[in-house]
Amino acid sequence: MEAIDTNYAGEGMYREFILDHFKNPRNFGTLENAEIRHREFNPLCGDQVEIFLKLNGDGAIQDVRHTARGCAISVSAMSMLSETLRGLTLREVAGMGKESMLGLLGIPIGPVRIKCALLPFYALKGGIIAYESRK
Amino acid sequence: MIGTRMKGLDVGKIMADFPILNRVVNGKPLAYLDNSATSQKPLQVMEAISHYYAHSNSNIHRGVHQLSAESTAAYEEAHSKAAAFIGASSMEEIVFTKNTTESINLLAYGLGSRLGKGDEIVVTQMEHHSNLVPWQQAAKRAGATLKFIEIDQKGELKMESIEGSITKKTRVVSVVHASNALGTVNDIRMIGEVAHENGSVFIVDGAQSVPHMPVDVKAIGCDFLAFSGHKMLGPTGTGVLFGRRDMLEETEPFIFGGDMIREVSFGESRWNALPWKFEAGTPNISGGIGLGAAIDYLQGIGMEKIEEQEKSLTSYAFKQLETIKGLKIYGPPPEKRIGVISFNISGVHAHDVAEILNGEGIAIRGGHHCAMPLMHLLGVAGSARASFYLYNTREEVDRLAAALEKVKKIFSV
Repeated sequence: MEAIDTNYAGEGMYREFILDHFKNPRNFGTLENAEIRHREFNPLCGDQVEIFLKLNGDGAIQDVRHTARGCAISVSAMSMLSETLRGLTLREVAGMGKESMLGLLGIPIGPVRIKCALLPFYALKGGIIAYESRK
Repeated sequence: MIGTRMKGLDVGKIMADFPILNRVVNGKPLAYLDNSATSQKPLQVMEAISHYYAHSNSNIHRGVHQLSAESTAAYEEAHSKAAAFIGASSMEEIVFTKNTTESINLLAYGLGSRLGKGDEIVVTQMEHHSNLVPWQQAAKRAGATLKFIEIDQKGELKMESIEGSITKKTRVVSVVHASNALGTVNDIRMIGEVAHENGSVFIVDGAQSVPHMPVDVKAIGCDFLAFSGHKMLGPTGTGVLFGRRDMLEETEPFIFGGDMIREVSFGESRWNALPWKFEAGTPNISGGIGLGAAIDYLQGIGMEKIEEQEKSLTSYAFKQLETIKGLKIYGPPPEKRIGVISFNISGVHAHDVAEILNGEGIAIRGGHHCAMPLMHLLGVAGSARASFYLYNTREEVDRLAAALEKVKKIFSV
């Protein structure tokens, strides 16, 4: 009956680096003239994130900003993700799986909070898909 | 008994009826403080359901055989218990539904013929989505306007907004008795008087009040009362719609099929008697019987005592939580609310609060409580909410307060 793994429950996920990214999110803000701008929202908890990507001539990501607002998990996930994007091509980002996003976060995430953890990832993917379909 | 003071509840004895309260969650004893979402169920309810399946299971209102007669009698008796519980005149005024949401949808469709272009429907700014969205859609279908009674800073309805919103154009007034998000208890008797003076139908959403205090439909003067069985110790999938007999007679059914008809030809149908014209198809028989057992359980203890116990616990929780720096409680003072406390800790998202509390074995809700427009009005994306019932204790409140201090420590706020 005790099917729930308790490793991720409670305070376990609130490591120091998670709280640091939550309180001081990297690359926070907006970008003028961003080629890609995309918003995702989790109506269940009110977490929201808007992502801005500026591309260079080769179609690689030159700059990134976001306005993540919500719980510690979604904000720190966005902050950490934003640090990895500069220099990547859209093709490289499109090839990223959600496992690599969870690996990036580096904490055990249970089924309840996985939506928080992946909200920024889906914002990024959604932005790229919308951009590609406009081309 | 000391003087006229009621003897308090024997919470230890009550807890023994709820096996789930013995559970250990994340290495800690469960403190279940999410009763506004759904309550736990006592053994008596589980036993009523398993007894029904082990002894009488069959369809109702159909067979002449013994089992069908027993099932029919038990299911109808549950309607009678619900009628007595809220002071209805007879079981004909009690329709079983699957929850409050379905009860209100039944009305939003069933009263549709009363609504026309230019008519008005009035709800409040503190409604649960279940008493907002059905009327929003009914207004769209009819070309009517949906109006909102406003709330003030304390989370109470503005008097002038009640009198200003309800007019001769108003056809339906549907108001929450006790708010699931703020805990506010509204003066529904007074709102009902204003509604009736203006010739409007008056509906009360009792989802959060009927489980926690004595509610008498004649005393509050409502035409309809909707509530959920699963929030008052009954099984999930059970809800109730009370309607005054004459009002139910005038309401159209919105689910059609078997058992709700008296006579059917290929072209026409005549509806069955009350309440069956609203209960098409095979109903949730075991659920209804389980709800009857839940009502027996609550009445065995007494709703006045339950209300008193929860008020005392809520006042105690207020005192404990108010000492936590940076914690903001939404809504009115404890004497004007049910056992629901919505709050936020500055600098911490409600989901993170709920997560850390879960690690301490404490179950609370974090989110918008299905009241997004209200949360928007409060200027928050969501809140954490602790909600009590008859089996909760001061010790659990102390654990809640200690865990909230732990949240602050982890987040350094």
